[in-house]
Amino acid sequence: MPEIFIAFSYKDVLYLLQASLVTVALCAMAFSCGLVVALAIGLMRTARRVRVLRFVAAAYVEVFRGTPLLMQIFIAYFGLSIIGLQLPKFVAVSIPLILFTGAFMGEIVRAGIEAIPRGQWEAGWSLGMSYMQVMRWVVVPTAVRIMIPPSVGFLVQLVKGTSLAYVVGYVELTRAGYIVSQATYATMLVFTLVGLIYFGINYPLSLASQRLEARLKRHA
Amino acid sequence: MTYTFHWEVPLREWPAFLWGALATLEMSGVACLLGLVVAVACALARLSKHRYLRGPATAYVEAIRNTPFIVQLFYVYFGLVTVGINLEAFTVAIITLTINCGAYCTEIIRAGIQSIHRGQSEAGLSLGMTYMQVFRYVILMPTLRVVWPPLASQFIATMLGSSVVSQISAEELTYAGMMLESRTFRTFEIFFFIAIIYFVMAQFFSILFSLTGKRVFRRAWGQL
Repeated sequence: MPEIFIAFSYKDVLYLLQASLVTVALCAMAFSCGLVVALAIGLMRTARRVRVLRFVAAAYVEVFRGTPLLMQIFIAYFGLSIIGLQLPKFVAVSIPLILFTGAFMGEIVRAGIEAIPRGQWEAGWSLGMSYMQVMRWVVVPTAVRIMIPPSVGFLVQLVKGTSLAYVVGYVELTRAGYIVSQATYATMLVFTLVGLIYFGINYPLSLASQRLEARLKRHA
Repeated sequence: MTYTFHWEVPLREWPAFLWGALATLEMSGVACLLGLVVAVACALARLSKHRYLRGPATAYVEAIRNTPFIVQLFYVYFGLVTVGINLEAFTVAIITLTINCGAYCTEIIRAGIQSIHRGQSEAGLSLGMTYMQVFRYVILMPTLRVVWPPLASQFIATMLGSSVVSQISAEELTYAGMMLESRTFRTFEIFFFIAIIYFVMAQFFSILFSLTGKRVFRRAWGQL
């Protein structure tokens, strides 16, 4: 074998672990900003009086759930450069992930709000509370408890979703794995490691989501 | 903004996209059907009393559900080459999609089976139904009714997720777009156009499955 290949060493493991931090950062960015979008979408979807808001939010969710995340990443990434925005790669890759999170978490927010019986709203109003007050003191405390298990479950989906930043050449865990595998030729070893790191991030989240859901069921 | 859009590029090349869309449907359809077979076997294994059946099935489901599809794809693609098996990218894509879809469907089927109480089949038998009648009216139809909507969403998820297989050059819709992109450089227009095709297909199948579900299971009353 020609000497252009570098032997796989502990340095590559460190490189992969470093890249997994990028994955986690991407995920944190997308989740925290996506949550803001999701709150807006969830509130719009549950607006009873304003049909336009409901329609816009429903269309948003349908579009982002009805197209591949891969396409969303491509379109946002190249679309941003078309409108002349030169953003750092991290931000450019985060934007489609934020919008994706907004759509999926928006549905979770909606389900949480809708799980609160209508009677509680009416009770609040008849006590003279405003929309915001009922939301703050009656709906949110219960809705948040309902939203937590599926949100943690969504995090797993998001961590997996960040792997698609690979396609635009952003170096996160999957791309890093690809680079190391091309340089060292230890393909199977590298992708086993990459898979294990993803599993190590996601499995605790999956377990937590299941436990939280079981606990919610017991208390309900 | 100085960019001029050239929407005629993707429109002109519609036969390539039609072919790509059909390839995507073929690929995800085959993968889902095979995945369903895997899923029924694994769901039964997960519910089995034997630990050595339950363990591997659980490990399979958890491993697949907690890792990204693209990593699974590379693993199978390069793994098969490493052990000396050279398959077409399209075949590798179907194999990986089957493995992936099978794991998600296992959980759906398992939930479906668990939704039927043991007491119900006993009730059926004590009403004088034969085993076949109990199986058909008390077990099969209600289970199918429970699993139908999530299986339909899973098919759509698999179809959308299959766009990733373009990364190993399996020839489907996204790959057709990438080929055209490398000839024309109209990246945005092409991928926007493809996203619309995916969206239309997803909506179409969503409505189709929902209507068939309503029609087929209208008379299957069983407990939900």
